[in-house]
This record gives sequence, C-alpha cells and structure tokens, in this order.
Amino acid sequence: MTAAPVRRTRTTAGRRAPAVLLVPAAVAAAVALLPIGYLLLRTAEAGGPAIWDTLWRDRTLWLVLRSLGLAAAVTAAAVTVGVALAWLTTRTDLPGRGAWSVVAALPLAVPSFVAAYAWVSVVPEVSGFLGTWLVLTMSTYPYVFLPVAAALRRVDPALEEVSRSLGRGPWQTHLTVTARQVRPAVAAGALLVALYALSDFGTPSLLRYDVFTRVIHTSYQASFDRTPAAVLSLVLVAVTVAITVAESRSRGRAEHARVGGGSARALRTVRLGRGKPLALLVTGGVAAVALGYPAAVLGYWVSRGSSAGVEWERLLPAGVSTLWVALLGALAATALAVPVGIIAARFPRGGGRFIEHATYAGHALPGIVVALALVFFGARYAQPIYQRTPLLVLAYTVLFMPAAIGSVRAAVAQSPRSMGEIARSLGRSPLGVLRDVTLPLAGPGIAAGFALVMLTVMKELPATLLLRPTGMDTLATRLWTETGVGAYAAAAPYAVALVLLAAVPTFVLSRVQASLVSDDAATRVVEETGGET
Amino acid sequence: MSLTNRRAAAVAAGLATALSLAACSTEEPAEQAGDATDAATAAVDDTTLTIYSGRNENLVGPILEDLEAAVGTEVEVRYAGSSELAAQLLEEGDGTQADLFFSQDAGALGALAGADMLTALPDDVLNLVDEGYRDAEGRWVATSARARVLAYDPEQAPEVAEMTGIDEILDEAYRGKIGFAPTNASFHSFVTALRVDRGEDGARQWLEDFAALEPQAYENNNAVLDAVNGGQVSVGLINHYYWYERIAEEGADAVEAEIRFLDSDDPGALVNVAGVGVLNGSDAEDAAIAAVEYLLSEEAQQYFADETAEYPVVEGVTSTEHDLAPLGEGLNIDLNELDSLEETLALLDEVGLT
Repeated sequence: MTAAPVRRTRTTAGRRAPAVLLVPAAVAAAVALLPIGYLLLRTAEAGGPAIWDTLWRDRTLWLVLRSLGLAAAVTAAAVTVGVALAWLTTRTDLPGRGAWSVVAALPLAVPSFVAAYAWVSVVPEVSGFLGTWLVLTMSTYPYVFLPVAAALRRVDPALEEVSRSLGRGPWQTHLTVTARQVRPAVAAGALLVALYALSDFGTPSLLRYDVFTRVIHTSYQASFDRTPAAVLSLVLVAVTVAITVAESRSRGRAEHARVGGGSARALRTVRLGRGKPLALLVTGGVAAVALGYPAAVLGYWVSRGSSAGVEWERLLPAGVSTLWVALLGALAATALAVPVGIIAARFPRGGGRFIEHATYAGHALPGIVVALALVFFGARYAQPIYQRTPLLVLAYTVLFMPAAIGSVRAAVAQSPRSMGEIARSLGRSPLGVLRDVTLPLAGPGIAAGFALVMLTVMKELPATLLLRPTGMDTLATRLWTETGVGAYAAAAPYAVALVLLAAVPTFVLSRVQASLVSDDAATRVVEETGGET
Repeated sequence: MSLTNRRAAAVAAGLATALSLAACSTEEPAEQAGDATDAATAAVDDTTLTIYSGRNENLVGPILEDLEAAVGTEVEVRYAGSSELAAQLLEEGDGTQADLFFSQDAGALGALAGADMLTALPDDVLNLVDEGYRDAEGRWVATSARARVLAYDPEQAPEVAEMTGIDEILDEAYRGKIGFAPTNASFHSFVTALRVDRGEDGARQWLEDFAALEPQAYENNNAVLDAVNGGQVSVGLINHYYWYERIAEEGADAVEAEIRFLDSDDPGALVNVAGVGVLNGSDAEDAAIAAVEYLLSEEAQQYFADETAEYPVVEGVTSTEHDLAPLGEGLNIDLNELDSLEETLALLDEVGLT
C-alpha cells in the first residue's frame, strides 16, 4: 500500500459535479442564503448615510475586534484540547480510553448557557474575557475532538509504517504523516468552533464580556428598528466568509487519501510510559471542568428551593417535542449536507467551493437574526407553514447544516477518490457510485453530522421561541421560562432532562463512529509490544 | 418588609401551578372562573384569540387561563421576550396571526403604535385607568406597574435603608460596589426618565458620575440581585418585584438583600408598566377587546397585586399579600416618552455604559 497526494490531474477534481449532487446542493445553498437575502433587503431600505452611521459608531469596529479575538482564543484552545484528547483516546495506551472517548464528547450535551450559569452563580469571579474563553472552550472542544478522533482511527497504518521504515521516529511520524492525515478534520472542527464563538450571545452576556453579538441584540431591544441590526449582522457575515475562505485555502492541497482500501492491520499504539499520570490528569481535568462541574451545580439546583419538584405533565411533552424536532431538524440538515459535503470534498472546482461557502455564510449570525429572517419570509410567502413544524425545521437546517457539512466533507476527503473513479470506469452511473461507494465511505461522517445537528437543535432557543407552533414547548423554552423569573430550582429538572437527552446522541455518536471506523478498517486496535517511549 | 410564610406559599403556589394554555387549547375551555367579571362580555367563540406575550408564563399563565374562561374564546399564547416579539410583529406586518400583544414594557407597545400596528381601544375600556397609564391616542393601556428600587446588602450598606434619591448612591463609598443591568429595558426606562426629568445635560452628568464609580454590569435584574445577595456588590438597581419573587422562590431566610423604595418624585423610583394593545386587522377584535377589559377587571388586578407583587393600575385594588409602599404622584412622565430609547442608548454609549 502506498499513499499519494491528491494531484489535480484530469480526474474528478476539475470536473463538474453530477447533477444528482449539484441540484440538492444548490437547494441547500439557497436555503442557507435566506437570512442574508433578508439582511440585504433590510439594509437596502436604510440608505447610505444610515448604514455609515451604524458602521462608524465608535464601538462597532472595537467590538468586531473583541469578537474576533475571543473567537481566535477559543478556537486555539479548543483545537489544542480536542486534538490532545482525540490522540490520547485513539492512539495511546491511556487506561480506560474507551470510556474516556465517550466522556470527552459529553460536554456537547451541556448547553453553554447552563455551563455559563453554573459558573457565574457559584464563582462570580469567572467572568469577563477569561471566563467567557473558558466556558466557550469547554463547550466547543468536542467539535474538534469528534472528527479528529474519527480521522485518527481511519489513518492507514501503511503510511505510518512507510514513514517509520524510512527512518523517522514515532513522534516525527505522528507530527508529519499522521498530522497531515487529520488536518481536514481539525480544520472542519476549528471552523465550527470559531463560528460558534462569534455567534454565541448567551455565554458572553451572562459572563459579562461585551462582544459584537450583544450590539445586535441591543439594537433590536432598543430601537425596534431592524435596520442597524441588519447592517451589523452583515458585518458578521463578511467576517464569516473571510474565515471560511481562509479555512478552505488552508485545506488547499493538504487532503490526502488512501489509494487502496487499507489492509486489516492494527494501528500502532503509542505507549505513554511515565507520561501516563499526566495524560490521565489532563483527560480527567477537562472532564471535571467541562462536565463534572456543571453536573454538580445542576444537582445543587435540584436540591434547593421551594419551587423544586418535577412537573411531569410538562416535562414529558417538552421532552417529546424536543426529541421530535431534533430528529426532524437533523434529518433535514443532514439530507442537505450530504451533497454539499461530497461536492466540497470531491469537486472543489466547478462551483463546489462557492456552494460550500454559501452554506456557511450565515453560520455566525445570532439565532435571533436567522429567526427574524424566517419570520419575514414565512409570514409573507409561506403562511400555511408559518409557526408550524416545517418552518421551524427549516430554521434549524439554516442554522446547523454547516455542522453536518464539515463532518461529511472530512469523511469523504479521507476516503480514496480512486474507488469512485474505478466504479465510474466500470460503467456505474454517478448515482450508483454515490449509493455504493461514496455514501458508505462517508457513513461515519454522516452519522457524526446527524448527531451533531440533533444535539445543537435540542439546545436551540431564539429561533424556537419565535417559530415554534403556538403552545409547543421544548426543554430549552421551558428552561428559559423558569430561569426568566429566577426559578432556578424549578428550571433544574428541565436542564437535567436536556443534558440527559442530548447525552444520548453524543454517546451513540462516539460509539457508532468507532465501530463504523473499525468495520471500515476491518481491524481492532491491538496493543503493540515494541518500545515506543 | 419581611414576608410571612403564608404569603410566600401563596406566591409559590401561583408560580408552580402555572399551566400551559396550549395544553388545554385542544380541550374545552376551562370551567367558568369563580366570579368572572361582568365587564368581560362573552365574545363570539368560534374564533381563536392569539396572544403574543412578552411577559413570562410563570407570571401570567394562570391569569390568561382565567381570561380564556371569562372571555369565552379559545386562547392561544406564544411566549417570548417583549422586544423579540415586537420585532417579530413588525416583520410579520399584515401577515400576523396575533390579536393581542401583552408586553413587559411600554417601549415595545410604543414602537408598535408608532408603526401603526395597534388599533385604538374604546373609550369605556381606556377610562378604566388613569391617564398616566395609557397611550395618549388610546392605542394601548397599562395592566400593571412596577417601581425601580435599590436592592442593598444590609451588612455592607445599612445606610441605604434611609436613602430618598438616586443621587445618594453617587458616593466614593460605593466605588465598584454598585450592580446594574445595562441592557435591561427597565434600566433604559430609568435613564430615559432621568433625561426627561433633568434634561440631556443633567442626565449625562449623573451617568458620568455613576460610570466613574466603576459600577458592575450584569446580564439582568436577577443577576444583579444575585450579586447583592452574594455580597459582590452592596447596592443594586432593580425592579421591586424581583425581590418578592426571590423571597417566594427561596424563603425569606435565604435572601440577604433588602430593598429600598426611593421618594416617588425621584427618577430612581420610576414606575414602569406592563400593558396590552390590540393589533390592527385582528380577526378576533371583539374577543381581544374583551380580553383587555378582563385584564383591567378587579379580579385580574387583584391577581397582579397578590401573585406578581406588582402595582394595580385600577383604583380601589390593594394587595392582600404584599406590603408594597404606596406609589406617590410620581414623576408625571408621559410613558410614551419612554420609547425615546434611541437617545437613551446614544447617551449610554457616550458615557460608556452599554
């Protein structure tokens, strides 16, 4: 087995994507661009002077820079933590690594609002830049951890063996061959983290760190004039586009794929030796801060206050609704993400890049902006489904499709391009190749994307409030209602239920990915005996 | 102002039994309320009354349920933040399904009235409240009122118990020890009242002095109260009823903070209102007007006074549960002026308090 860098030969790289992919991907892009269309309409109404007034307010530029600084710091930290944990749980002899790989993903199930509140209510010193950075890092590093862990499991051992046989040491091999293999996964995760940090409103606001999204919120609250908010939101869109373009440039030619299917052999396991206690300390420390602490505070909420007590007759319907809309949202978002992800990985030219960037463009917009965009279009052009489940699901799709796209793209990019080409040369139709070759290879990525969207939908609040069917409650909206009057003890059961419900797809996701990957490699990782220190 | 256990229990029960209206939207309307007011005449009942409520379900859920019985029309409620709902209504325009907007503050109602989305209410409904509690053109009416107060930590700042005006907190002793919620609509209303009362320069002067004391900014009134309770700050600027809610939630023993009502002619004691307006083109206008009438009935006013610890806006109703300081004549501010938020925010921006 040998590996070859993907050359831009006259293979698929330069070709147009087949219609079977291109049409649904174009639909996905159109859906994702709805909020931007709305923002342009609102901004166009304003006229030049008003736009400049908003843009040149003293604080606009300053807050953009603050938001970018926060996003950069959170991304750097989340990549460090996510990659370290992914490597420790997949490639080393860390004790209990199977359990750790589930635990490391679980902070995704804790809404960052709950985590932020857990800190600020008990340790008020956790506030400002450092507090916001800490809470955001702890709630977003799984976006990096999950795809990178999956990619590390899929690395072709042959590549590492070749590197070792050429005289490189184990660390050098890891830093060169292995790192290059997982780079697309790291980039996809980092992008999601950066855009999450840019768009989040709840955490910085609870932890009292003034960022750009707060200006957008304040301008809705203050003037009831949607124009300044629209202008500011477009600034955020411009920033997002710049970030996604930079990310895809960085991906550039770094994507490698196996030529063959890989053979059934074990991946080398790095022995931690005397580094074991330190590795356990790092893994356990992250779990304690990201998961243990919020869980302890939730337990404390449950145990105090006269409003405590579980209203089952409200909790259960809210739980069922949450599950239902999360499933629908995940289905819709994943269905649209698959063609976009495949095109982005396989046909970067011929419109692939543009479509991918279009789907990401609105991803850093605060939920309220996306919600109002859909209110605008829904009330005017989709009255029959306005404030009904289909439009709510559409909102979730707009908001969270990129999470699924990143997973799909990373999985497809890592699987050998040649297999699809061989199938085509043997007379398969593009649809046949998709069904029999590309989709199975992208399976783990699709599953990961589905679970990620499901999780994020469960935690979504602003769009749910405005677009839900009148009278429907989700766990997140109940949580909002109870905390809105300071009834933290009454809120606790909803928070606990939300965390538990979100933990299910997280758990399944981390296991499914592992099993899909080991099926793919037809191997189980076995401990190697061979000095690796 | 200590609470009796009975009172705490009553408020807690009120909060805990808030039932989702939606849950019964598919069932028959609930039993006729015990002594539903005559004012709310039964409306045509083959329509649905859709209420957008910016007020929290835990606070107004029970009374909206009684409203459904009193008005005799099926009621559907959508709960979200007042400003988000105002933005939503403005985006929906003519396509809105909403019949009634129940807002946490006058500003959101003023914005909708300004966009010509609210219909003028009949005189007999408007005349149920004093002029100060309704829109000059009759497009919305207040349903309850709340006062700005100083929450304080009696250990750190016992002297607050004697304060009469908002200027008294501009003292070096409180450097870094004042909590406030800069994004909160009620705080904005207070600043607007300051501007209306003292003029732009007077308001700017006060805000600059305030900012120089490095006040601590929090997310909302509850967070400010948390900070006073925890002793991180010694004084907090909040609305009076947050304190009553907190006592109901945790019991009087667990709440360190006390509150002080300033003199009623001081901007720091501004009275804010929650209110309602009927949307233009509502397909259930009669039911919507009957609903407004119900919210101003003695029964509903008693609910606000007892259960949410707010001030009634109708003569002759007093709280049987809470020891609320009587509201004086107040500032005589036209509440519609409180929607001049643009200028308020510009001023806050200028002094660095956003």
